[in-house]
Amino acid sequence: MAVNDAGRATSADSSRGGGQPESAEFIQLLTPEGERIEHPDYPLEISAEEIRGLYRDLVLVRRIDFEAIALQRQGELGLWASLLGQEAAQIGSGRALKPADMAFPTYREHGVAWCRGLDPTRLLELFRGVSNGGWDPAAHNFHLYTIVIGSQTLHATGYAMGIQRDGAVGGENGEAVIAYFGDGATSQGDVNEAFIWASVTNAPIVFFCQNNQWAISAPLERQSRVPLYLRAPGFGFPGVRVDGNDVLACLAVTRKAMQAARDGQGPTMIEAFTYRMGAHTTTDDPTRYRLAAELETWKLKDPIERVKAYLIRNELADESFFTELDAEAAELGARIRKACLEMPDPGPLAIFDNVYAEPNALLEAERDQYAAYLESFEEAVR
Amino acid sequence: MTRLTLSKALNEGLRKAMEDDPKVLIMGEDVGKLGGVFRVTDGLQKDFGEARVVDTPLAESGIVGTAIGLALRGYRPVCEIQFDGFVFPAFNQITTQLAKMRLRSLGNLILPVVIRIPCGGGIGAVEHHSESPEALFTHTGGLRVVACGDPADAYAMIQLAIKNDDPVIFFEPKRRYWERAEVDTAGGLAGALPLDRARVLIGGTDVTLLCYGPMVKTCAAAAAAAGEEGRSVEVIDLRSLAPLDTETIFESVRRTGRCVVAHEAPVTSGLGAEIAARVTEECFYHLEAPVLRVGGFSTPYPPSRLEEHYIPDLDRVLDAVDRTFGY
Repeated sequence: MAVNDAGRATSADSSRGGGQPESAEFIQLLTPEGERIEHPDYPLEISAEEIRGLYRDLVLVRRIDFEAIALQRQGELGLWASLLGQEAAQIGSGRALKPADMAFPTYREHGVAWCRGLDPTRLLELFRGVSNGGWDPAAHNFHLYTIVIGSQTLHATGYAMGIQRDGAVGGENGEAVIAYFGDGATSQGDVNEAFIWASVTNAPIVFFCQNNQWAISAPLERQSRVPLYLRAPGFGFPGVRVDGNDVLACLAVTRKAMQAARDGQGPTMIEAFTYRMGAHTTTDDPTRYRLAAELETWKLKDPIERVKAYLIRNELADESFFTELDAEAAELGARIRKACLEMPDPGPLAIFDNVYAEPNALLEAERDQYAAYLESFEEAVR
Repeated sequence: MTRLTLSKALNEGLRKAMEDDPKVLIMGEDVGKLGGVFRVTDGLQKDFGEARVVDTPLAESGIVGTAIGLALRGYRPVCEIQFDGFVFPAFNQITTQLAKMRLRSLGNLILPVVIRIPCGGGIGAVEHHSESPEALFTHTGGLRVVACGDPADAYAMIQLAIKNDDPVIFFEPKRRYWERAEVDTAGGLAGALPLDRARVLIGGTDVTLLCYGPMVKTCAAAAAAAGEEGRSVEVIDLRSLAPLDTETIFESVRRTGRCVVAHEAPVTSGLGAEIAARVTEECFYHLEAPVLRVGGFSTPYPPSRLEEHYIPDLDRVLDAVDRTFGY
């Protein structure tokens, strides 16, 4: 991708919603047809078993997503933000992380959550409305979902600055942070400030941008006149664009960037070029603002189908593998459904829990008053 | 007269304002092709073009900051902040810049910027989508803050806010967007209640119940329920939260001797505290009971499965009304 003097991409269509860059313009290791290709900067030694593992991840997180959408349609969830189409970006980057690394997600990183070992049923709590978070971030080094766009990129940067102060950069046990965000978020002040802080502190962080082409109804051209990854050099660190629907490329590129961060080489921005196949959330209606033809084009680049084609073509998986995986997916879907239906509502006094770490007399008085108020109704019934 | 939802009434009000004044612009996230996530700007980009109805980048500080610049150039921007919880990236521009610029220019500048914010809970949303941050703005000198309560008033209020030469924070009760009522879209604004006046929604003699935005309907229902028990509740829709129409409030409280303020926002340091203090100062010898407040708890807005406990309902409003008779 060349950039002319005006700073505008010479290949204009690459920065427009739905526009697909030429293959040379992003890192790709597995074509949409399932053909394995090499890239000199991103050699990937990977066994058949590992590729089957990635395929399993992709299929299972799509199943989680499918089940959650169904649960929302049936009124069991208030909302769901689908990851459909973005599975490879999330699984590829998520599997590049080491246990000690820390991940800061948006609200759509269900695939990364899966890689971090978080039980998918915990994701439902926020969307069912029984919790405003739902898990202990330290348990899996997976931070809480963040809804206010881009805020988490600064938290991730600060966390990375803490890693520096702990002397945990470099060496065999070096740690790093990955911050997830979308194309829309790149317009937010917080994200640009995060770039600046990470750059001037040389923080051990990877900024992983899933460019899914749409911020609700706003196409990428509403956010940027240049490909997003080209913003990074202006802030003082490298940017790289990867085929976000290619799980192998996402894995290789993220591995390299994370290792650079762990080694003390500072930040990298990765733009995973992908597509939001579904609605922004279950309340959105994309038919109002984008063409069906665009969706059809992207269906041909499906992140799961290409891995399946590769496995079959190279006889790396037999029929029983796929059959057993289907059964496992069905079982996972059923488990999530059951957990959702059985998920109890918190009691009303839970409103007052965990607001402060230290005792708070005002809040305790409010809780007691409200408890007495609720009690008065029960007495009236008796 | 025509029957419109609150969302559609606002849409018609915006349309009228854009027809009346070519300087009126609309800007915000998803306001163009999508028509806004609550469809308040539906169809306006199609009819007025992309230069007047602007789908902005995803950056709230940018929306308000550039609106200030457009206002300096003679335009009257109407900004949409998609949800209450997303106004905070723009908080700096609103409080340090928008609110103060006229003063700093020795009165030479006007900043006719309207910032529309869908507010309040009750729609089963995830966090940051159900908040009531009005007190953060009423606490800021230089801003007018208003809240509409029903479609007919919303239709007039949005036009009055746009015509006003001051910055106006315009709160819209999102759980009322789809409720319908008769709206007179043919008549002009000549007979409309001014933007800074409260309205007595239901006359009464025993207690004054003050409310605004999403609580107007709840309080009207509470007054009806109290009436069945022989209690005459006067319901006042404040409309203007800054400045407060204290004349209307004090006149009512001096007649009834009792006052309850209801809002969804937390009671602690909420607008009710300001009203209680002023009523106590100005109506002290007429009061039969302390001014009581009913509102949200001193906690973050809870997850949606608990929001029915957080938002004051008819019972909690009646409970407060009853308690004012216990003194």
